[in-house]
Amino acid sequence: MMTSDSILLSLLIWLPIAGGALVVLAGGSNAGRARWLALIVSIVIFAVSIPLLTGYDAAAGTMQFQEHHVWIAAINANYHLGADGISIALIVLTTFVTPLVVLGAWDAVHERVGQYMAAFLVLEGLMIGVFAAMDALLFYVFFEGMLIPMFIIIGIWGGPRRVYATLKFFLYTFFGSIFMLIGLIYLYLHAHTWDLAQLAAFHLSAMEQAWLFFAFLLGFAIKVPMWPVHTWLPDAHVEAPTGGSVILAAIMLKIGGYGFIRFSLPIVPDASQEFAWLIIALSIIAIIYVGYVALVQEDMKKLIAYSSVAHMGFVTLGLFIAFALMRVTGNTQAAYLGVQGSMVQMISHGFVSGAMFTCVGVLYERMHTRMIGDYGGVVNTMPWFAAFWVLFSMANCGLPGTSGFVGEFMVILASFAMNPWVAAGAAFTLIIGAAYTLYLVKRIIWGDVTNDHVAKLKDINPREALVLGLFAAGVLVLGIWPEPLTHLMDASVKHIVDQLLIVKT
Amino acid sequence: MNFNLHDLALLAPEDFLLGAACAILFIDLFLKQTQRAVTHWLAIAALLGTLAIVLCAPGQVQTAFNGAYIHDTVATVLKTFILGLVAVVFVFSRRYLDERKLFIGEFYTLMLFSTLGMLLLVSAGNLVMVYLGLELFALSSYALVAIHRDSGVASEAAMKYFVLGALASGLLLYGLSMIYGATGTLDLAQIRAVGGVGVNGLAQHPTLFAFGLVFVVVGIAFKFGAAPFHMWLPDVYEGSPTAVTTFIATAPKLAAFGMAYRLLESGLGTLAPHWSQMLAALAALSLVIGNLVAIAQTNIKRMLAYSTISHMGFLLLGLLNATPAGYAAAMFYAICYAIMTAAAFGVILLLARAGFEAEMIDDFKGLNQRNPWYAFIMLLAMFSLAGVPPLFGFFAKLLVLKSAIDAGFLWLAIIAIVMAIVGCFYYLRVVKVMYFDKPADTSALELPRDLPLRWVLSINGLALLVLGVLWGPLIGWCYRAFGLPG
Repeated sequence: MMTSDSILLSLLIWLPIAGGALVVLAGGSNAGRARWLALIVSIVIFAVSIPLLTGYDAAAGTMQFQEHHVWIAAINANYHLGADGISIALIVLTTFVTPLVVLGAWDAVHERVGQYMAAFLVLEGLMIGVFAAMDALLFYVFFEGMLIPMFIIIGIWGGPRRVYATLKFFLYTFFGSIFMLIGLIYLYLHAHTWDLAQLAAFHLSAMEQAWLFFAFLLGFAIKVPMWPVHTWLPDAHVEAPTGGSVILAAIMLKIGGYGFIRFSLPIVPDASQEFAWLIIALSIIAIIYVGYVALVQEDMKKLIAYSSVAHMGFVTLGLFIAFALMRVTGNTQAAYLGVQGSMVQMISHGFVSGAMFTCVGVLYERMHTRMIGDYGGVVNTMPWFAAFWVLFSMANCGLPGTSGFVGEFMVILASFAMNPWVAAGAAFTLIIGAAYTLYLVKRIIWGDVTNDHVAKLKDINPREALVLGLFAAGVLVLGIWPEPLTHLMDASVKHIVDQLLIVKT
Repeated sequence: MNFNLHDLALLAPEDFLLGAACAILFIDLFLKQTQRAVTHWLAIAALLGTLAIVLCAPGQVQTAFNGAYIHDTVATVLKTFILGLVAVVFVFSRRYLDERKLFIGEFYTLMLFSTLGMLLLVSAGNLVMVYLGLELFALSSYALVAIHRDSGVASEAAMKYFVLGALASGLLLYGLSMIYGATGTLDLAQIRAVGGVGVNGLAQHPTLFAFGLVFVVVGIAFKFGAAPFHMWLPDVYEGSPTAVTTFIATAPKLAAFGMAYRLLESGLGTLAPHWSQMLAALAALSLVIGNLVAIAQTNIKRMLAYSTISHMGFLLLGLLNATPAGYAAAMFYAICYAIMTAAAFGVILLLARAGFEAEMIDDFKGLNQRNPWYAFIMLLAMFSLAGVPPLFGFFAKLLVLKSAIDAGFLWLAIIAIVMAIVGCFYYLRVVKVMYFDKPADTSALELPRDLPLRWVLSINGLALLVLGVLWGPLIGWCYRAFGLPG
């Protein structure tokens, strides 16, 4: 079968990769040219991704923009791309964040600028591939391929302990996903297909499902990352350059959540239901315990990294609470709310964490330290910056009116329908999240100027204002008017929720 | 038995290569050292000519000399890559040899005869032909390892290689004689036919037959360099001139696969349940020993030697399935392994200068700053060896893992992936040294103006990326070679 409705998704995957090659070839020796080329390429890619939003029939909620070509006939693997509302939301988030990363690194990166920009563009293409792949093998190739540019990014442009951090990042995530590969091979040997839709329809015994569930869990839980396999994240975040942290937090972590939606939920629904308690428990631990851990951090980046783990706990909670709801209480509406809430939380966290890491980058460029203790009273010297920081902090606490509120509120509502105690645990994050975020704001932004270095700080320049302004726009629009986003994903989420009901054993 | 010219026609590639090798041996006598390039280009032309003959041969299965020589697609695929890779090795090694006063005719003629042995080996249809091909290959390569006469390490490596190689040949020959004794025939197809009848599916002398199998498996394991028969490999890799190492590390692995396939499947296919267990044990040991010991290496040639041992473990995962899909996976793995290893050694050869071997991992420090392009090629080779998609090496691993799981060896697949993670560590260390460390000398690297080497190496490196995306035709060819729809 050789069909393609459009070549939009292929363009979105291969344009960044070709653009990356162009940047490194044409701008390898000329930093200025590399920056401009990368910016132009990334903006063009964002423009190319707009038709996904406008051309998608959200009411149907099906996989659209499909492309289907035979890839490897011998093992029945296909180059099969497609996107539903969920994929499109994440793809557009990716194309939106990448130009901001390019702009953010404008003055911050001086060494091997061409390679830096190229690595991010290639990474963008691979991440879009993950969100667009409808063939398990193709998904896996993109999923693992992402590690290579990220490994290089952290390793070359990272902080003092970058080698340790990047090896830990690579080996940790490689470890998880290779077990997933064994699971996929097992599935292929029985179902003789890599197609995700056909795998979802394939019958599996309870035992098989349980093993596959844990194989997938290992792969995706490390990516999310869930407690207790989150330890690579603080290291990677702390050592990564600003752009690396932004992409890691804003998009790469989402791939773990996305994997649960595409693999665990539809392919092994019975096992997912059976072990939903486990995921829910781990998520609650992530939300509460990691929240406390965040409270005591001395390093800004580490604090935000832990806050990411806590926020991603909401995503896994929302996804798996749906099972408990569907199977036990039959409350479709609440289950739907849980999955929808997870998705909104993912997009929102993409903006908020990306913005927070960009803010840290802005400070780091001026002071060359990430230690909270070295700052204090920044508002006096950088009022505009302080305004942005406070806005993003509010979003990080989940204040109504910002994007952070919408997803968390939906997930808490859904958990309430299942068990008020789970809801109470989840809602606890509103307190602890506010505590560590506001405490961070207090120590860095408010108060009197603590030292000479802070006194000499210059406020953000127009380029930085543009980057932060665009992030802020995303945070506010989603917070005040989330309807376009929820409408985009509405029918697709319903499809996912309907699939949860299928008993496969 | 009667002589038939048709038989010789079927052997056209071997005939041509033999003639060319003899001619080059003769022509080289009359060349001055300054004209040695003539030998170089003639040797490459001989290989490419043979390759053309191989590719033009008709597709159907044919035999010659009463079944002693088999022409089939398996042989065609293996010969194509053996010839191609040896030609690549010639291109890679010329300057290296020249700088070490090793640019001599013997290198070329020995390589060509060795290649001829490999061609016969992968086409062997009876036990004598297997042994003949193997010895022609092995004797030439012992001499090649020792070609640097003044080097103590090289002599030691050659001695070790020769003694252990002779031992392995002896074991193999002993096994072959037992099989002959048990079945009364040297012909592989007949051995298979006879082996299928009798008690428990064995021949009249099941014990003798089974003992023969054990010795044959040992001989094969030695040629692959699978643990615990790997002892020669690190020393030979480290001690040989890098040009010879590149040769030993690439094409012979394809020939070893051909030998294993002919002996185990064509001849002893009825014993598959037995030998697949033996191969499983060899695979597990190779994976563990190869990967764990590689971590401790500081010499990149030695590291790649242990990496080879682990890769042979992966290759055996495909072979032990004993189905056409398993053989196709193993053959694909052998091809893939040879191509990526050629790229890695190509970079070492490129960086080596007179008096500088570039064989320590630290010699690659900061290569990205000094020459980003060849650092990138090495990066591709390392990630491919580590088995990270979208590079070629991943798909080879995928297929052998699939065939191991298919054969019911899930435990072995788990060992393999755990060891793949361990393997990642030492491949990544090379990337780390090239990309993350600061070079001692930050000036741009002076690379020799050896354009054939640079071009072929670049193509070889990029092939790892291109074949990683478009590996369909190659795996299709491998599948069709074993009669599967591809």
